Order: sequence, then structure tokens, then C-alpha cells
Amino acid sequence: MGRFSTFSAARWLGILIKEFLQLKRDRLTFGMIVGIPIIQLLLFGFAINSDPRNLPTAVVMADPGPFARSYVAAMENSSYFSIVGSIDARQADELLDEGKVKFVVTFAPGFHRDLARGISPALLVEADATDPMAMGGAISVLNQLGLQVFAPDLPGFARPHPPPVDLRIHRRYNPEGLTAYNVVPGLMGVILTMTMVLMTGLAMTRERERGTFENLLSTPATPLEVLTGKIIPYIIIGLLQVTLILTASRWIFDIPVLGSLPLLYGMVLLFICANLTLGITFSSIARNQLQSMQMTFFFFLPSILLSGFMFPFQAMPGWAQAIGNILPLTHFLAIARGILLKGSGLALLWPHVWPILLFTGAVLAIGSKTYRRTLD
Amino acid sequence: MDAPLAIDVSGLNKHFGDKHVVKNLALQVREGEIFGFLGPNGSGKTTSIRLLCGLLTPDSGRGTCLGLDVVKDSARIKPQVGYMTQRFSLWDDLSIEENLDFIARMFGVADRRRAVTRTLEELGLASRRRQLAGTLSGGWKQRLALASCLLHRPRLLLLDEPTAGVDPKARRDFWEEIHHLSASGITVLVSTHYMDEAERCHRLAYLSCGQLLASGTAEEIVSSLRLNTWEISGHKLHGLTSILRQLPGVEMAASFGTALHASGRDAALLQTSLERALAGRSLHMQPIPPSLEDAFIHLMQGSQDPYGGNRH
Repeated sequence: MGRFSTFSAARWLGILIKEFLQLKRDRLTFGMIVGIPIIQLLLFGFAINSDPRNLPTAVVMADPGPFARSYVAAMENSSYFSIVGSIDARQADELLDEGKVKFVVTFAPGFHRDLARGISPALLVEADATDPMAMGGAISVLNQLGLQVFAPDLPGFARPHPPPVDLRIHRRYNPEGLTAYNVVPGLMGVILTMTMVLMTGLAMTRERERGTFENLLSTPATPLEVLTGKIIPYIIIGLLQVTLILTASRWIFDIPVLGSLPLLYGMVLLFICANLTLGITFSSIARNQLQSMQMTFFFFLPSILLSGFMFPFQAMPGWAQAIGNILPLTHFLAIARGILLKGSGLALLWPHVWPILLFTGAVLAIGSKTYRRTLD
Repeated sequence: MDAPLAIDVSGLNKHFGDKHVVKNLALQVREGEIFGFLGPNGSGKTTSIRLLCGLLTPDSGRGTCLGLDVVKDSARIKPQVGYMTQRFSLWDDLSIEENLDFIARMFGVADRRRAVTRTLEELGLASRRRQLAGTLSGGWKQRLALASCLLHRPRLLLLDEPTAGVDPKARRDFWEEIHHLSASGITVLVSTHYMDEAERCHRLAYLSCGQLLASGTAEEIVSSLRLNTWEISGHKLHGLTSILRQLPGVEMAASFGTALHASGRDAALLQTSLERALAGRSLHMQPIPPSLEDAFIHLMQGSQDPYGGNRH
């Protein structure tokens, strides 16, 4: 249609001004735009920790002795365990059931005798594995402790065979294993997905629901002017949110930016566009704001769960990875972590850039087909 | 003597799913006249108006609006038309001035600031320019909506039930304004449910179930129906209308204030039926010239609302 060919900058500016005015009046939305990144950053950075320390631990000491004592001391020193006290075997189940302790370590009768004879004695560790992820760090520490504590003090013949291996875990990019390093770049993507898709999804349906769309359609404004005029404010908002997150993460969590900042912003812009096209498409399909909101959440949930933000991407089954690979967030996470923590360049990131481009193109094709230029 | 036609369409059809909402609409509106669009709820008035201003594309049919093709040139028609929607459709969260400024930008009004200021003064809203449109009362919303339609000096005004929910004083002021605009050469097409408003129009069209049942001046419509009307007055009129409706020759019976009107096309049959039914009752009956309202109620009773909904 010839209507796309006439683009009036004056009309476009008018729509832009109107959108900003409405945004300014909408205090709740405005508060959300600024508040969500800050609150989520603080929550995820400080409150939510997938590598918890100081887990309450009880000890069943059926055979007290020097080795057992030094093992318990080593556990406490590892900072993963907080020894709440010695108990007898019957209390163990009770404490675990009630959730008062996360671990119960049992030194069985004859522990020291067997150790001295070189017969590996059983050291029973009962863990509350309701949250397996949270236990991971602590359990891996236990394995190492056994080797470090018992080996040096034993006479040569009694050292466990095969000889203890010097196990070293080298954590690259995040040597201290700080959750914030992983979460902050991810949070950037999650917040952008949520606000961009939701806001634009509501932008068009709101006009339709309030009846103002009819007025807009009766003016000479073209669809291109209306769409781009509505999108621009959200692009600015998205860039603002990213700046907010980056600044906060630098000040509060000391997260470095190893790569190029312009490249990061370029990638952010690409990711914003992918989400905006999706939002606009949702709003042209949805009949009202509620439907648009439902569609947003339908998209948001797999984005959070399957992108590698919440759970390790490599640990997911093949079909889940396939779905995850379609989502722009999956690729944006890799890009953001790459630029921030590893200093990756565009060439290295390209395998994650084209899937976002492809997604945007496909959604745009659907969106332009469903955009209603009339009230039909 | 006939002025050129502002609207000249024929054979317009529009379906929503399997509902045939506008059936073979043919309409001629002369430049500078006030044309009234009447019909019950769901008769296709709003759809017809939307077809004329390019908000809907007709399934079939053709015609011109301001000399431009309604199907192909809708983008060129829009800048010359002012469309006032049935529901208030300006932005509640923008101020009066911001709304006018936005509409002026959309239509590329020359000397925008002056046009907006002048409109604010004409409306008497200059002191409340910063008030949000959503906080205005019904009458003021309607005036603001009309003002926003006039900012770009359109040649044709399409008003969809502009006075619904507005008090009588504001209604009268509104119609003064419409006549004023018409005198300055603007063509006005207005849909309404009110008889007094219908009588203020130069010409009328009556729409029912998407079909144009009658059109012309008020006198033409009344006389074309060839109705004979009797006025029945007296005490104990209660319940009489339903009895009268059953009688042969009575096509329409309805209460008008303290009296009843009964109409039918067969004068002799109507008279004998009425006289027989009213015999023995202390009621007075006399023939009167049928009014526009008699004509419309007659048209309305002759056709049923097929949708029962409120799509106009």
C-alpha cells in the first residue's frame, strides 16, 4: 500500500511527544521502569545465592577422637558448615525432618580404629537434598576435606589407597564463585525482556481498549509513524535500564566490564529490538490488555527457565535446549556474560548474534501481517 | 439548484463474520447540508459512517466522498474529514491543550499554536487548558471532541451520536454550532436517536438491519409512508396499546405523552377497527397528521433488530 511510502516527520514527532507525555503521567509504569531493575538487582545480587554457606550441621559422635575432632573443625573452617552441636543418633532424623539442620555427620563406633588400620571407615553424611543445587558446593567440599584432614597425620601404611589425589578446582572468570557475577548480566536480559515485551504489548492494546485507536486511525497518521513513534520511547527506556544496572553492578558488586562498552550497547539495542517487535506483534494479535499480558507471560516463563538464567543451560535435555536456542534471551545472556566477564569481541559472539537477528526478522514478518490498519 | 454531492455511494456492503451489517447502502449527501442518520441500535449506522471515512473497507460497492474514491483514496479523504466517534476517543491522560496539540500535529495544521489557542478560547477552556481530558464532564468532553474534529478545517463532518449522554442545554448549544458550521459550507452527517434532532436535519435516512428503508426530507419520509394516524385521549389508556396492536389495520400503536397514537396505511380499515374497539369506552379519538416520530416508530416496528447487540 502506498500509505507506507509517505512518512511525515512532523506527525511522527507528534506521536513521540504524546507517548512521552502519557508515560510521564503514568506514575506506576514509570516507577516500575526504574524500580524493577534496582530491586531485582539487589534481590538477586544480595539475597539470592545459589552457593550458600553456613549451613546448619549436626554431628553424631559415636567414637570421639582426634581425627573426628579435626575433621569437624575443618568442616567449620570451610565456611560451608556451621556446627550446631553434638547429638545422638536418634535425634538425627528428627532434626533433618524439622529442617533444623541441613547436614548430619556420623562418626560410627570403631572409626579411629579402622582409620589407623588403613581400612577406610564409613563416614556417613546425611544431607537435606530438597534443594540439590544449594547442597552442591558443600558436598564437593566434604570430599576434599577427607583427603586433607586424614592423610598427613596417618602413618604411611595407613594412608588410603589409591593415594589421595590433590584435587584442585579452578573457577575461571569468577574465582571466588560469586553468584552476582553470573546473575547481573543475566538480570540485564531478564529485565529487558520483561519491560520491553510487556510495555509495547500494552501500548497498542491500550489504545484499542480505550477507544482512542479509532481516533488515531481517523487521522492521516500512517501505521509506520504510529509504530515507530510508540517504540522509540521504549528503546530509550531500555537503554536507561541497562545503564542503571551496569552502574549499580559496578558500584555495589564490583563487576568488571572487560569487553567493549559500545559493543555491549550495540548488542543491547539489538536485543531490545527483538523484544519490541515481539511486544508489538503481541499487541496487534491481542484483543485487550489482559490478553496481551497473558501472551507476555507465556513467553516470559520459558525465557526465564530455559535460557540458562535460572538453571545451567548444558544440564537441560536436548528438547529443552532446542526451545532455549530459539529464545533471544538465551543468546543475549551468552553475549552479555561474554562481553562483561570475558571481554569477548563481535567475531566470537557472532554465533549468538544471528539467532537474535533471525528471531527478530521472523517475528516482524508475522507482526506486519497481523497489524490492523483499519478497524476490520 | 442542487448542490454538488459531498457523499455519493452505492451498493456498499459490509460483513462481520456471517453477519451482514450493511446491505447495499446507497447514500447521497449534498454539500453544505445537515444529513441525519437514524435507526435503532444495531442497524449499521456506525459501520456505515466508518465505511465512509475509511476506518473500514467495504466488502463491495463503490462511490465517492468529497470527490475521492472511498475504497482507493481513503488516505486522501482522511485529511478533509472530521470524525467524532460515538465514545469519547481523545486521550484521558493528556490535558485539553495536549490533546488538541496532538490532533493538530496529526493533521499537519498550519500555524498550530495559534489554531490550538484560538480553539481553546472559542471553547472557553483557556483557563482549564492544563486539566486532563479524563476529568471533564460529559458535555465538556463532547465540546472538546467536536473542537478537535474542527481543528484542521474539514469539509465534511461525520458525527456518530454526538449528543448521547449530554444535557438538553448542551445539546441545544451543540446543534446551534452544527447549523452555524453548515451555514459556512461544511457538510455534516450526524447519527442520532433523538426525534427533535432529526427534525433539525435538512434531510434524513432511516436505517434498519443494515438496510436503508427511507430517505429524504422529514416531510418526504412521512408522506412516503402514506400513514393515517389517529390520536386517542381520555382516561384508562393503560394497557390499550397492546389491544390496539392486535386489530386489523392497526400497524402501529404507541403512547405519546398522555395520549395514544394508532396508525395504519388502510384508512378505512383502521377507522372501523378503532371505532369498534373503543365503542363503549369514554375515550376521544380524532385523526391527526402523522408526525416524524409516528413514521419512525412505524418503521422501527416493521423491522426487528436481528443482533440484539449494541453495534451501531
